[in-house]
Amino acid sequence: MLSTRLASLRRMQFLRSWEAILFVLFLITLFFNSARVPAYLTVDNQINVFYLYAEKIIVALIMTFIIINGEIDLSVSSVMGLAAGVLGRLIELGYPGELALAAALVTGLLCGLWNGLWIAYGRLSSIIVTLAGMIMFRGLVWVLVEDRSITTFPDWIHNMGQRPILGPFPLSLLIFFFLLIIAYIVLQHSAFGRYVYVIGNNREVARFSGVKVETVKLVLFIASGLISALAGVLYTARLGAMRASTAEGFELEIITMVLLGGVNIFGGSGTLLGVLLSILLILNLRNGMSLSNITLQQQTGVIGALLILSVLVPNLVTRARAELNRRRFARLTAERATPAERKGVKAETK
Amino acid sequence: MKFITRILRPEQVRELVTLFLIVIIVLGFGTLLTDYYTGRTFVRVSTSIAIIAVVAMAQTLVAITRNIDLSLGAIVGFCAFFLGVQLSYHHEIGPVPAALIAIAIGTAMGMINGLIIAYGRVPAIITTIGTMAIYRTAIVLYSAPEGGIVSAHRLPMWARQFASWSIFKVGDLDFRVMVGIAIAVVILIQLMLTYLPYGRRLYAIGSNPEAARIAGFPAQRIVFLAYLIGGALAGLGGYLFLLQYGNLMVLAGEGLEFDAVAAAVVGGVNIFGGTGTAIGAFLGATLIGTLDYSLRRWPAISEFWRNAILGLLILLAVATDSAIMARLRLIWARAAAARTTEMAEAKARSMPQA
Repeated sequence: MLSTRLASLRRMQFLRSWEAILFVLFLITLFFNSARVPAYLTVDNQINVFYLYAEKIIVALIMTFIIINGEIDLSVSSVMGLAAGVLGRLIELGYPGELALAAALVTGLLCGLWNGLWIAYGRLSSIIVTLAGMIMFRGLVWVLVEDRSITTFPDWIHNMGQRPILGPFPLSLLIFFFLLIIAYIVLQHSAFGRYVYVIGNNREVARFSGVKVETVKLVLFIASGLISALAGVLYTARLGAMRASTAEGFELEIITMVLLGGVNIFGGSGTLLGVLLSILLILNLRNGMSLSNITLQQQTGVIGALLILSVLVPNLVTRARAELNRRRFARLTAERATPAERKGVKAETK
Repeated sequence: MKFITRILRPEQVRELVTLFLIVIIVLGFGTLLTDYYTGRTFVRVSTSIAIIAVVAMAQTLVAITRNIDLSLGAIVGFCAFFLGVQLSYHHEIGPVPAALIAIAIGTAMGMINGLIIAYGRVPAIITTIGTMAIYRTAIVLYSAPEGGIVSAHRLPMWARQFASWSIFKVGDLDFRVMVGIAIAVVILIQLMLTYLPYGRRLYAIGSNPEAARIAGFPAQRIVFLAYLIGGALAGLGGYLFLLQYGNLMVLAGEGLEFDAVAAAVVGGVNIFGGTGTAIGAFLGATLIGTLDYSLRRWPAISEFWRNAILGLLILLAVATDSAIMARLRLIWARAAAARTTEMAEAKARSMPQA
């Protein structure tokens, strides 16, 4: 009885797909939010929902690559802060904004290079390298701007972050969509993307298959630094101000977006579609919570719980499934226990 | 070389290196700063490392089992806050019951981490980043009716004076009760790691989880207990935190988890499990505390350099450990093998004569 019901469940393929679960949850959130606020589903409001988190979702794209590759980058939020700090400090010192912008991006690239070299060639764990990077880069922001707040940005930087550039879309969202397409092509349709998966599955096998493991990892961390710096600049431009604590703690939500999207924390599996769905879910959930007057701090708590659940639930499901399979196997072997029975069965079939 | 391998183990060499670095820092800043060799310096440094040392013990326990706990700072903050609010309303609570309250709360929070990590098999880094956010939210929610602060002037008299209680005094040099508690904790944890079967099992799990599992160790329970004890230590850390600072904001204890990681790693605790001692982590905390205090007094650079240097220190410690410690162990293993052959040969030589 139980086994037939399970079999029918197993036949319902869509329930087994993580993306489908995310999609259903996303629809539920949309339904509740639009029931509460009539104008919720308008294009303007949806753009606004994205706009407020544009920097985080940009970084989530590269974080997807890194986690699929079997690594993690905890330093992204500090790189964002450091890029914002370099931008702010250089402008404060009177350098032209263009130069400051370029310097901020180069800083991000160097941070990524620093992390990447230790991880790829020093063969140190990315957890500890990027944790040290997170503390160190944040420390450098404090050195740069101390406890002041920098707000003297030129107009074009304000406009870059706050004005719509193309139709209703601000620059940060255009960059997100552009990077999303690039990321999709690279991850899902290029040799490099396959290498990212293969290394995440098994570093040694990848090496013996001739994949340049070190180069791939280095490229990923440099890209992570560069994109985080870009996100940091966009964040500063959107707020029109920066402090030493700018973007602090963002890694929590960025990693949550990726893991909730079904990317395996140990590497090797996950899709951009899943991450995109989890971004949609989290942003709309956050917006819904804001509509219900839940404070930002409480939302952070909810995101923290989501992060844990996004790994815990699949773990428990896998284990429950394995347990059921084990029991079924035990029962089947018990049924075929004695040779006499086996003979009897054969006789019947003849 | 032969002599060294006989009287020291690689871990002890590592501890001596940390101690050596501390001496260099003290001598170096002693020449740079005036009035450096005073009792005041000792009091400042020793009280500032008391809290970090206790929290670093928690980090050491979980690090030995190949895990990490980034929620420790939030646990310290919540315990300090909870206790602070309770003491503001209940002046009758004494020092010992207050400590027990903080430890109980910390244990409960560590238990949640342990359950999710050991039994739910969620990686420690993910779990504790998540619980860090949750516990921080808990502080904000819990402190909201109090306006988000605990003020020292509402605490009972003993709590305001606790930080200046001393065990003994030699002139300027004041050995505070807090420091005594921290050192007692370090010694207890070291004894547990060295002599209790549970302590040895932590190393077994950390150095080779697969072998430990095959040997029949209850890996999940051991890791769970490590988080439980870690939570209790963080609770004690919260108790000390409240008594040291008195005035708390919701950000209380923020960043302590990184200080604890730094102390453990600089002190030679391998974050990938299997090696490390409580004494080493304590020395790591001392090194960071001394450097921290000295840099702050040194006018040549701004105090804001602290975290940049801390991050670099962690990375350098890990990098040199991974490059050097493996080689050291190899030398020690060879020396041990050579000793065994020597003994066997000596025995063989003495046999025919007998």
